Amino acid sequence: MKIVIENVGKTFTSAKKEQVTALEDINFSIDEKEFVVLVGPSGCGKSTLLNIVGGLLSPSSGSVYFEGMMDKEPNLAIVFQEIALFPWRTVYQNVIYGLEEKKVSKQELKEKADFYIDMVGLTEFKDAYPKQLSGGMKQRVGIGRALAVEPDLLLMDEPFSALDAQTRTLMQEELLTIWNRTQLSTLYVTHNIQEAVYLADRVIVLSRHPGQIKSIIDIDLPKMGRGEEQYRDKFERYADEIWQLIRNDAVEALKE
Amino acid sequence: MTVHKQIITNRVAFLEKKVPLYASALGLIGLLVLWEIICSTKIVSPLFLPAPSAIVVTGWDMLISGEITRNLGPSLYRIGLGYTIGSVVGILVGLILGFSKWADAIGTPVVYAIYPIPKIALLPLFVLWLGIGELSKVTIIALGVFFPVVINTFSGVKSVDQILIKAAVTFGSNHFNVIRKVILPGALPMIFAGLKLAAGTSLLLLVAAEMIAAQNGIGSMVLHYGNLMITTKLMVGVLVLSLLGLTFNRLLQWLENKLLPWR
Repeated sequence: MKIVIENVGKTFTSAKKEQVTALEDINFSIDEKEFVVLVGPSGCGKSTLLNIVGGLLSPSSGSVYFEGMMDKEPNLAIVFQEIALFPWRTVYQNVIYGLEEKKVSKQELKEKADFYIDMVGLTEFKDAYPKQLSGGMKQRVGIGRALAVEPDLLLMDEPFSALDAQTRTLMQEELLTIWNRTQLSTLYVTHNIQEAVYLADRVIVLSRHPGQIKSIIDIDLPKMGRGEEQYRDKFERYADEIWQLIRNDAVEALKE
Repeated sequence: MTVHKQIITNRVAFLEKKVPLYASALGLIGLLVLWEIICSTKIVSPLFLPAPSAIVVTGWDMLISGEITRNLGPSLYRIGLGYTIGSVVGILVGLILGFSKWADAIGTPVVYAIYPIPKIALLPLFVLWLGIGELSKVTIIALGVFFPVVINTFSGVKSVDQILIKAAVTFGSNHFNVIRKVILPGALPMIFAGLKLAAGTSLLLLVAAEMIAAQNGIGSMVLHYGNLMITTKLMVGVLVLSLLGLTFNRLLQWLENKLLPWR
Protein backbone atom coordinates (compact mmCIF):
# COMPACT_ATOMS: atom_id res chain seq x y z
CA MET A 1 0.00 0.00 0.00
CA LYS A 2 1.24 3.47 -0.75
CA ILE A 3 -0.12 6.97 -0.98
CA VAL A 4 0.42 8.76 -4.26
CA ILE A 5 0.33 12.51 -4.72
CA GLU A 6 0.03 13.01 -8.45
CA ASN A 7 0.38 16.31 -10.33
CA VAL A 8 -1.22 18.21 -7.49
CA GLY A 9 -1.66 21.92 -7.98
CA LYS A 10 -3.60 24.54 -6.07
CA THR A 11 -4.54 28.07 -7.02
CA PHE A 12 -6.31 30.57 -4.82
CA THR A 13 -8.04 33.78 -5.69
CA SER A 14 -6.51 36.47 -3.55
CA ALA A 15 -8.34 39.38 -1.96
CA LYS A 16 -7.26 41.52 -4.91
CA LYS A 17 -8.94 39.04 -7.26
CA GLU A 18 -5.60 37.78 -8.52
CA GLN A 19 -4.89 34.13 -9.16
CA VAL A 20 -2.20 32.94 -6.80
CA THR A 21 -0.54 29.61 -7.44
CA ALA A 22 0.15 28.03 -4.08
CA LEU A 23 1.22 24.62 -5.37
CA GLU A 24 2.32 23.38 -8.75
CA ASP A 25 3.24 19.96 -10.12
CA ILE A 26 3.60 18.14 -6.85
CA ASN A 27 4.49 14.51 -7.39
CA PHE A 28 5.67 12.07 -4.78
CA SER A 29 4.52 9.03 -2.92
CA ILE A 30 4.65 7.78 0.62
CA ASP A 31 5.47 4.12 1.05
CA GLU A 32 4.16 1.88 3.73
CA LYS A 33 5.85 2.59 7.07
CA GLU A 34 7.63 5.58 5.62
CA PHE A 35 8.12 8.84 7.46
CA VAL A 36 8.11 11.69 4.96
CA VAL A 37 8.74 15.25 6.07
CA LEU A 38 7.72 18.29 4.04
CA VAL A 39 9.92 21.24 4.79
CA GLY A 40 9.98 24.72 3.34
CA PRO A 41 9.94 28.42 4.13
CA SER A 42 6.77 30.09 5.27
CA GLY A 43 4.29 30.55 2.45
CA CYS A 44 5.54 27.59 0.42
CA GLY A 45 2.18 25.86 0.64
CA LYS A 46 3.28 22.94 2.78
CA SER A 47 0.25 23.12 5.05
CA THR A 48 -1.97 23.53 2.00
CA LEU A 49 -0.51 20.33 0.62
CA LEU A 50 -1.08 18.49 3.88
CA ASN A 51 -4.68 19.69 3.95
CA ILE A 52 -5.19 18.40 0.42
CA VAL A 53 -3.78 15.00 1.36
CA GLY A 54 -5.94 15.03 4.48
CA GLY A 55 -9.12 15.72 2.52
CA LEU A 56 -9.70 19.14 4.04
CA LEU A 57 -9.08 21.03 0.82
CA SER A 58 -9.62 20.09 -2.82
CA PRO A 59 -6.72 20.39 -5.22
CA SER A 60 -7.19 22.60 -8.29
CA SER A 61 -5.53 19.94 -10.37
CA GLY A 62 -4.17 16.45 -9.93
CA SER A 63 -5.18 13.96 -7.28
CA VAL A 64 -4.21 12.08 -4.17
CA TYR A 65 -4.93 8.39 -3.90
CA PHE A 66 -4.15 5.24 -2.04
CA GLU A 67 -2.71 2.43 -4.09
CA GLY A 68 -3.17 -1.21 -3.25
CA MET A 69 -5.89 -0.82 -0.65
CA MET A 70 -8.31 -3.71 -0.60
CA ASP A 71 -11.75 -2.13 -1.02
CA LYS A 72 -11.84 -0.35 2.29
CA GLU A 73 -12.06 3.35 2.98
CA PRO A 74 -8.61 4.74 3.67
CA ASN A 75 -8.32 5.72 7.25
CA LEU A 76 -6.67 9.09 7.94
CA ALA A 77 -5.74 10.90 11.09
CA ILE A 78 -4.38 14.40 11.51
CA VAL A 79 -2.42 15.95 14.32
CA PHE A 80 -3.12 19.66 14.05
CA GLN A 81 -0.83 22.59 14.62
CA GLU A 82 -3.66 24.18 16.60
CA ILE A 83 -3.99 20.88 18.48
CA ALA A 84 -7.79 21.11 18.07
CA LEU A 85 -8.84 19.08 21.07
CA PHE A 86 -12.51 19.26 21.95
CA PRO A 87 -12.45 21.42 25.07
CA TRP A 88 -15.67 19.85 26.44
CA ARG A 89 -14.20 16.36 26.30
CA THR A 90 -11.75 14.88 28.77
CA VAL A 91 -8.46 13.36 27.66
CA TYR A 92 -10.10 9.95 27.47
CA GLN A 93 -13.13 11.22 25.58
CA ASN A 94 -10.91 13.06 23.12
CA VAL A 95 -8.83 9.98 22.43
CA ILE A 96 -11.88 7.81 21.77
CA TYR A 97 -13.46 10.34 19.39
CA GLY A 98 -12.36 8.64 16.20
CA LEU A 99 -13.12 5.19 17.60
CA GLU A 100 -16.67 6.23 18.51
CA GLU A 101 -17.26 7.25 14.92
CA LYS A 102 -15.96 3.88 13.75
CA LYS A 103 -18.50 2.09 15.88
CA VAL A 104 -16.05 -0.26 17.54
CA SER A 105 -17.27 -2.30 20.48
CA LYS A 106 -17.25 -0.81 23.98
CA GLN A 107 -14.64 -3.29 25.06
CA GLU A 108 -12.29 -2.58 22.17
CA LEU A 109 -12.79 1.13 22.56
CA LYS A 110 -11.70 1.07 26.16
CA GLU A 111 -8.73 -1.20 25.52
CA LYS A 112 -7.42 0.89 22.66
CA ALA A 113 -7.96 4.16 24.48
CA ASP A 114 -6.10 2.90 27.54
CA PHE A 115 -3.32 1.52 25.36
CA TYR A 116 -2.72 4.74 23.48
CA ILE A 117 -3.22 7.01 26.45
CA ASP A 118 -0.53 4.98 28.14
CA MET A 119 1.66 5.24 25.05
CA VAL A 120 1.56 9.04 25.15
CA GLY A 121 2.08 8.93 28.90
CA LEU A 122 -1.18 10.47 30.07
CA THR A 123 -2.77 7.68 32.11
CA GLU A 124 -2.82 9.89 35.18
CA PHE A 125 -4.63 12.65 33.31
CA LYS A 126 -7.29 10.52 31.67
CA ASP A 127 -10.14 12.48 33.19
CA ALA A 128 -8.67 15.97 32.89
CA TYR A 129 -10.08 18.56 30.53
CA PRO A 130 -7.74 20.09 27.91
CA LYS A 131 -7.85 23.40 29.76
CA GLN A 132 -6.10 21.79 32.71
CA LEU A 133 -3.16 20.52 30.62
CA SER A 134 0.08 22.17 29.51
CA GLY A 135 0.79 22.72 25.81
CA GLY A 136 2.98 19.65 25.53
CA MET A 137 0.42 17.46 27.26
CA LYS A 138 -2.35 18.76 25.03
CA GLN A 139 -0.45 17.80 21.93
CA ARG A 140 0.19 14.35 23.39
CA VAL A 141 -3.57 13.96 23.57
CA GLY A 142 -3.74 15.12 19.95
CA ILE A 143 -1.23 12.43 19.02
CA GLY A 144 -3.06 9.82 21.10
CA ARG A 145 -6.34 10.68 19.39
CA ALA A 146 -4.70 10.23 15.98
CA LEU A 147 -2.95 6.97 16.88
CA ALA A 148 -6.07 5.47 18.41
CA VAL A 149 -7.79 5.11 15.04
CA GLU A 150 -4.72 3.24 13.76
CA PRO A 151 -4.67 5.22 10.53
CA ASP A 152 -3.35 4.09 7.17
CA LEU A 153 -1.74 7.50 6.92
CA LEU A 154 -0.86 9.79 9.79
CA LEU A 155 -0.67 13.48 8.95
CA MET A 156 1.11 15.91 11.24
CA ASP A 157 0.91 19.63 10.56
CA GLU A 158 3.69 21.37 12.49
CA PRO A 159 2.48 19.62 15.62
CA PHE A 160 5.13 21.04 17.93
CA SER A 161 5.43 24.57 16.60
CA ALA A 162 3.30 25.99 19.40
CA LEU A 163 5.52 24.45 22.07
CA ASP A 164 8.55 25.94 23.77
CA ALA A 165 11.98 24.77 22.60
CA GLN A 166 12.61 22.38 25.50
CA THR A 167 9.25 20.70 25.33
CA ARG A 168 9.63 20.49 21.61
CA THR A 169 12.92 18.58 21.81
CA LEU A 170 11.44 16.12 24.29
CA MET A 171 8.33 15.66 22.18
CA GLN A 172 10.40 14.92 19.09
CA GLU A 173 12.24 12.17 20.95
CA GLU A 174 9.00 10.81 22.26
CA LEU A 175 7.42 10.89 18.82
CA LEU A 176 10.25 8.77 17.45
CA THR A 177 9.82 6.23 20.21
CA ILE A 178 6.09 6.06 19.55
CA TRP A 179 6.60 5.90 15.83
CA ASN A 180 8.97 2.99 16.25
CA ARG A 181 6.24 1.08 18.04
CA THR A 182 3.47 1.88 15.57
CA GLN A 183 5.39 2.20 12.27
CA LEU A 184 2.64 4.23 10.61
CA SER A 185 3.04 5.80 7.20
CA THR A 186 3.46 9.45 8.10
CA LEU A 187 3.47 12.80 6.35
CA TYR A 188 4.92 15.46 8.59
CA VAL A 189 5.04 19.18 7.87
CA THR A 190 7.53 21.51 9.50
CA HIS A 191 9.58 24.61 8.86
CA ASN A 192 12.22 23.40 11.28
CA ILE A 193 15.13 21.81 9.41
CA GLN A 194 16.68 20.09 12.45
CA GLU A 195 13.33 18.54 13.18
CA ALA A 196 13.03 17.35 9.58
CA VAL A 197 16.44 15.66 9.60
CA TYR A 198 15.83 14.22 13.04
CA LEU A 199 12.56 12.54 12.12
CA ALA A 200 12.48 11.80 8.40
CA ASP A 201 13.19 8.84 6.21
CA ARG A 202 12.83 11.25 3.36
CA VAL A 203 12.73 15.04 3.33
CA ILE A 204 10.84 16.84 0.61
CA VAL A 205 12.01 20.41 0.24
CA LEU A 206 9.49 22.86 -1.15
CA SER A 207 10.19 26.22 -2.73
CA ARG A 208 7.79 29.13 -2.76
CA HIS A 209 6.00 31.15 -5.44
CA PRO A 210 4.83 28.78 -6.64
CA GLY A 211 5.18 25.92 -4.19
CA GLN A 212 7.13 23.30 -6.04
CA ILE A 213 9.30 20.39 -5.03
CA LYS A 214 12.83 21.68 -5.01
CA SER A 215 14.52 18.52 -3.92
CA ILE A 216 13.87 15.16 -2.32
CA ILE A 217 16.53 14.02 0.10
CA ASP A 218 16.83 10.52 1.56
CA ILE A 219 18.13 10.66 5.08
CA ASP A 220 20.57 7.83 5.39
CA LEU A 221 20.82 7.67 9.15
CA PRO A 222 19.51 5.07 11.59
CA LYS A 223 16.00 5.96 12.69
CA MET A 224 16.83 6.09 16.37
CA GLY A 225 19.65 7.98 18.01
CA ARG A 226 20.32 10.52 15.32
CA GLY A 227 21.20 13.02 17.98
CA GLU A 228 24.24 10.97 19.03
CA GLU A 229 27.79 12.18 18.67
CA GLN A 230 28.83 9.71 15.95
CA TYR A 231 26.17 10.99 13.55
CA ARG A 232 26.68 14.65 14.28
CA ASP A 233 28.69 15.42 11.14
CA LYS A 234 26.31 13.67 8.83
CA PHE A 235 23.32 15.23 10.55
CA GLU A 236 24.77 18.69 10.17
CA ARG A 237 25.58 18.07 6.50
CA TYR A 238 21.96 17.16 5.81
CA ALA A 239 20.72 20.16 7.72
CA ASP A 240 23.09 22.44 5.89
CA GLU A 241 22.15 21.00 2.51
CA ILE A 242 18.49 21.69 3.20
CA TRP A 243 19.20 25.15 4.55
CA GLN A 244 21.11 26.06 1.40
CA LEU A 245 18.11 24.98 -0.64
CA ILE A 246 15.69 27.02 1.41
CA ARG A 247 17.79 30.02 2.30
CA ASN A 248 17.01 32.26 -0.65
CA ASP A 249 13.31 31.59 -0.40
CA ALA A 250 13.35 32.24 3.32
CA VAL A 251 15.07 35.57 2.76
CA GLU A 252 12.43 36.45 0.19
CA ALA A 253 9.67 35.43 2.59
CA LEU A 254 11.07 37.79 5.19
CA LYS A 255 10.68 40.74 2.85
CA GLU A 256 6.95 40.27 2.42
CA MET B 1 27.74 55.35 55.25
CA THR B 2 24.35 53.69 55.13
CA VAL B 3 23.15 52.07 51.97
CA HIS B 4 20.01 53.68 50.72
CA LYS B 5 17.31 51.12 49.89
CA GLN B 6 14.43 51.83 47.57
CA ILE B 7 12.02 48.93 47.98
CA ILE B 8 9.78 48.14 45.03
CA THR B 9 6.21 47.50 46.09
CA ASN B 10 3.39 45.97 44.11
CA ARG B 11 1.65 48.98 42.66
CA VAL B 12 -1.29 47.04 41.27
CA ALA B 13 -2.25 45.43 44.58
CA PHE B 14 -5.65 47.12 44.31
CA LEU B 15 -6.50 44.73 41.47
CA GLU B 16 -6.37 41.79 43.86
CA LYS B 17 -8.04 43.46 46.83
CA LYS B 18 -10.14 40.98 48.79
CA VAL B 19 -13.54 42.03 50.13
CA PRO B 20 -15.16 40.20 53.07
CA LEU B 21 -18.18 38.05 52.32
CA TYR B 22 -20.69 40.11 54.31
CA ALA B 23 -20.04 43.12 52.04
CA SER B 24 -22.40 41.78 49.40
CA ALA B 25 -25.30 41.84 51.88
CA LEU B 26 -24.49 45.34 53.06
CA GLY B 27 -26.23 47.30 50.31
CA LEU B 28 -29.37 45.23 50.46
CA ILE B 29 -29.71 45.38 54.24
CA GLY B 30 -28.93 49.09 54.23
CA LEU B 31 -31.69 49.74 51.70
CA LEU B 32 -34.26 47.74 53.70
CA VAL B 33 -33.32 49.48 56.96
CA LEU B 34 -33.57 52.89 55.34
CA TRP B 35 -36.92 51.96 53.84
CA GLU B 36 -38.25 50.72 57.19
CA ILE B 37 -37.08 53.90 58.94
CA ILE B 38 -38.71 56.17 56.36
CA CYS B 39 -42.00 54.28 56.76
CA SER B 40 -41.95 54.25 60.56
CA THR B 41 -41.39 58.03 60.69
CA LYS B 42 -44.59 58.40 58.64
CA ILE B 43 -42.97 60.82 56.19
CA VAL B 44 -44.74 58.97 53.42
CA SER B 45 -48.19 57.46 53.66
CA PRO B 46 -48.23 53.63 53.81
CA LEU B 47 -50.64 53.81 50.89
CA PHE B 48 -47.80 54.92 48.64
CA LEU B 49 -44.99 53.02 50.26
CA PRO B 50 -45.77 50.19 52.69
CA ALA B 51 -43.02 49.19 55.11
CA PRO B 52 -40.96 46.06 54.35
CA SER B 53 -42.15 44.48 57.61
CA ALA B 54 -45.80 45.05 56.62
CA ILE B 55 -45.16 43.48 53.21
CA VAL B 56 -43.63 40.38 54.78
CA VAL B 57 -46.49 40.00 57.26
CA THR B 58 -49.12 40.45 54.57
CA GLY B 59 -47.22 38.09 52.31
CA TRP B 60 -47.25 35.41 54.98
CA ASP B 61 -51.01 35.81 55.42
CA MET B 62 -51.56 35.54 51.67
CA LEU B 63 -49.43 32.44 51.60
CA ILE B 64 -51.45 30.83 54.39
CA SER B 65 -54.76 31.75 52.77
CA GLY B 66 -53.55 30.17 49.50
CA GLU B 67 -53.91 33.33 47.50
CA ILE B 68 -50.29 33.30 46.36
CA THR B 69 -50.29 29.65 45.34
CA ARG B 70 -53.61 30.15 43.52
CA ASN B 71 -51.99 32.85 41.39
CA LEU B 72 -48.48 31.46 41.23
CA GLY B 73 -49.62 28.12 39.79
CA PRO B 74 -51.03 29.46 36.52
CA SER B 75 -48.12 31.87 36.18
CA LEU B 76 -45.59 29.07 36.56
CA TYR B 77 -47.48 26.98 34.04
CA ARG B 78 -47.49 29.76 31.45
CA ILE B 79 -43.89 30.77 31.85
CA GLY B 80 -42.67 27.18 32.20
CA LEU B 81 -44.39 25.98 29.05
CA GLY B 82 -43.70 29.11 27.03
CA TYR B 83 -40.06 29.22 28.03
CA THR B 84 -39.49 25.54 27.30
CA ILE B 85 -41.11 25.67 23.88
CA GLY B 86 -39.40 28.94 22.96
CA SER B 87 -35.94 27.82 24.00
CA VAL B 88 -36.10 24.33 22.49
CA VAL B 89 -37.35 25.63 19.16
CA GLY B 90 -34.92 28.54 19.36
CA ILE B 91 -31.92 26.26 19.88
CA LEU B 92 -32.98 23.93 17.05
CA VAL B 93 -33.61 26.75 14.60
CA GLY B 94 -30.39 28.49 15.65
CA LEU B 95 -28.38 25.33 15.02
CA ILE B 96 -29.92 24.86 11.60
CA LEU B 97 -29.46 28.51 10.61
CA GLY B 98 -25.87 28.41 11.79
CA PHE B 99 -24.97 25.16 10.12
CA SER B 100 -26.70 25.30 6.74
CA LYS B 101 -25.72 28.11 4.40
CA TRP B 102 -29.06 27.82 2.63
CA ALA B 103 -31.08 28.05 5.82
CA ASP B 104 -28.92 31.00 6.87
CA ALA B 105 -29.51 32.87 3.62
CA ILE B 106 -33.25 32.27 3.68
CA GLY B 107 -34.05 32.28 7.38
CA THR B 108 -31.81 34.90 8.94
CA PRO B 109 -33.43 37.92 7.24
CA VAL B 110 -36.82 36.64 8.44
CA VAL B 111 -35.57 36.32 12.01
CA TYR B 112 -34.04 39.78 11.98
CA ALA B 113 -37.18 41.29 10.48
CA ILE B 114 -39.41 39.96 13.25
CA TYR B 115 -36.91 40.32 16.08
CA PRO B 116 -37.30 44.08 16.72
CA ILE B 117 -41.10 43.91 17.13
CA PRO B 118 -41.97 44.33 20.81
CA LYS B 119 -43.68 40.99 21.26
CA ILE B 120 -46.35 42.32 23.60
CA ALA B 121 -47.74 44.35 20.69
CA LEU B 122 -48.74 41.05 19.14
CA LEU B 123 -50.84 39.94 22.10
CA PRO B 124 -54.14 41.35 20.78
CA LEU B 125 -53.47 39.52 17.53
CA PHE B 126 -52.75 36.27 19.34
CA VAL B 127 -55.88 36.66 21.45
CA LEU B 128 -57.79 37.06 18.22
CA TRP B 129 -56.19 34.01 16.67
CA LEU B 130 -55.87 31.71 19.65
CA GLY B 131 -58.52 32.94 22.08
CA ILE B 132 -58.19 34.57 25.47
CA GLY B 133 -57.14 31.30 27.14
CA GLU B 134 -53.72 29.98 28.05
CA LEU B 135 -52.59 29.38 24.49
CA SER B 136 -52.20 33.04 23.53
CA LYS B 137 -50.19 33.79 26.67
CA VAL B 138 -47.94 30.75 26.28
CA THR B 139 -47.39 31.64 22.63
CA ILE B 140 -46.36 35.20 23.35
CA ILE B 141 -43.86 34.03 25.98
CA ALA B 142 -42.50 31.34 23.66
CA LEU B 143 -42.07 33.90 20.92
CA GLY B 144 -40.33 36.34 23.23
CA VAL B 145 -37.94 33.59 24.35
CA PHE B 146 -37.39 32.25 20.85
CA PHE B 147 -35.64 35.32 19.45
CA PRO B 148 -32.83 35.92 21.92
CA VAL B 149 -32.19 32.17 22.01
CA VAL B 150 -32.15 31.79 18.24
CA ILE B 151 -29.84 34.75 17.75
CA ASN B 152 -27.43 33.66 20.46
CA THR B 153 -27.41 30.07 19.27
CA PHE B 154 -26.72 31.30 15.76
CA SER B 155 -23.72 33.38 16.79
CA GLY B 156 -22.62 30.56 19.09
CA VAL B 157 -22.54 28.19 16.13
CA LYS B 158 -20.62 30.74 14.09
CA SER B 159 -18.07 31.14 16.85
CA VAL B 160 -17.21 27.43 16.97
CA ASP B 161 -13.59 27.07 15.93
CA GLN B 162 -13.43 25.78 12.34
CA ILE B 163 -10.45 23.62 13.20
CA LEU B 164 -12.62 21.59 15.60
CA ILE B 165 -15.09 20.89 12.84
CA LYS B 166 -12.22 19.87 10.57
CA ALA B 167 -10.87 17.62 13.31
CA ALA B 168 -14.26 15.97 13.78
CA VAL B 169 -14.67 15.34 10.06
CA THR B 170 -11.14 13.97 9.82
CA PHE B 171 -11.97 11.48 12.54
CA GLY B 172 -15.02 10.26 10.68
CA SER B 173 -17.97 12.38 11.82
CA ASN B 174 -20.91 12.85 9.47
CA HIS B 175 -22.85 16.13 9.39
CA PHE B 176 -25.31 15.08 12.04
CA ASN B 177 -22.54 14.09 14.43
CA VAL B 178 -20.64 17.27 13.70
CA ILE B 179 -23.69 19.22 14.86
CA ARG B 180 -24.35 16.99 17.85
CA LYS B 181 -20.82 16.45 19.08
CA VAL B 182 -19.02 19.63 18.07
CA ILE B 183 -21.31 22.50 17.16
CA LEU B 184 -23.85 22.05 19.93
CA PRO B 185 -21.33 21.77 22.79
CA GLY B 186 -19.21 24.50 21.21
CA ALA B 187 -22.17 26.85 20.99
CA LEU B 188 -23.48 25.99 24.46
CA PRO B 189 -21.81 28.89 26.32
CA MET B 190 -23.47 31.34 23.92
CA ILE B 191 -26.74 29.44 24.08
CA PHE B 192 -26.74 29.88 27.84
CA ALA B 193 -26.15 33.61 27.46
CA GLY B 194 -29.28 33.63 25.27
CA LEU B 195 -31.25 31.55 27.76
CA LYS B 196 -30.41 33.97 30.57
CA LEU B 197 -31.39 36.94 28.47
CA ALA B 198 -34.62 35.20 27.55
CA ALA B 199 -35.42 34.49 31.19
CA GLY B 200 -35.83 38.21 31.83
CA THR B 201 -37.88 38.67 28.67
CA SER B 202 -40.17 35.79 29.57
CA LEU B 203 -40.90 37.22 33.00
CA LEU B 204 -41.68 40.61 31.50
CA LEU B 205 -44.03 39.12 28.93
CA LEU B 206 -45.71 36.93 31.54
CA VAL B 207 -46.62 39.89 33.71
CA ALA B 208 -47.65 42.06 30.78
CA ALA B 209 -49.83 39.34 29.27
CA GLU B 210 -51.45 38.60 32.62
CA MET B 211 -52.19 42.26 33.19
CA ILE B 212 -53.83 42.56 29.81
CA ALA B 213 -55.70 39.31 29.48
CA ALA B 214 -55.98 37.05 32.51
CA GLN B 215 -58.26 36.25 35.44
CA ASN B 216 -55.46 34.84 37.57
CA GLY B 217 -51.70 34.87 37.81
CA ILE B 218 -49.26 37.08 39.67
CA GLY B 219 -49.47 39.82 37.02
CA SER B 220 -53.21 39.99 37.23
CA MET B 221 -53.01 39.95 41.03
CA VAL B 222 -50.64 42.91 41.04
CA LEU B 223 -52.90 44.85 38.69
CA HIS B 224 -55.98 43.94 40.72
CA TYR B 225 -54.54 45.25 44.00
CA GLY B 226 -53.21 48.31 42.21
CA ASN B 227 -56.70 49.16 41.05
CA LEU B 228 -58.01 48.66 44.59
CA MET B 229 -55.10 50.73 45.98
CA ILE B 230 -54.12 47.93 48.34
CA THR B 231 -50.43 48.71 48.00
CA THR B 232 -49.16 46.19 50.53
CA LYS B 233 -50.67 43.27 48.63
CA LEU B 234 -49.45 44.77 45.38
CA MET B 235 -45.94 44.82 46.82
CA VAL B 236 -46.29 41.18 47.85
CA GLY B 237 -46.93 40.40 44.20
CA VAL B 238 -43.83 42.35 43.22
CA LEU B 239 -41.83 40.48 45.85
CA VAL B 240 -43.04 37.14 44.51
CA LEU B 241 -42.03 38.19 40.99
CA SER B 242 -38.57 39.24 42.11
CA LEU B 243 -38.12 35.93 43.92
CA LEU B 244 -39.34 34.12 40.83
CA GLY B 245 -36.79 35.92 38.68
CA LEU B 246 -34.04 35.19 41.17
CA THR B 247 -34.88 31.49 41.34
CA PHE B 248 -35.05 31.32 37.58
CA ASN B 249 -31.58 32.79 37.24
CA ARG B 250 -30.16 30.51 39.90
CA LEU B 251 -31.64 27.49 38.18
CA LEU B 252 -30.06 28.45 34.88
CA GLN B 253 -26.74 29.12 36.58
CA TRP B 254 -26.85 25.71 38.20
CA LEU B 255 -27.68 24.05 34.91
CA GLU B 256 -24.88 25.90 33.17
CA ASN B 257 -22.32 24.79 35.74
CA LYS B 258 -23.64 21.27 35.38
CA LEU B 259 -23.45 21.22 31.58
CA LEU B 260 -20.25 23.19 31.10
CA PRO B 261 -17.74 21.69 33.52
CA TRP B 262 -14.97 22.16 30.97
CA ARG B 263 -15.03 25.93 31.00
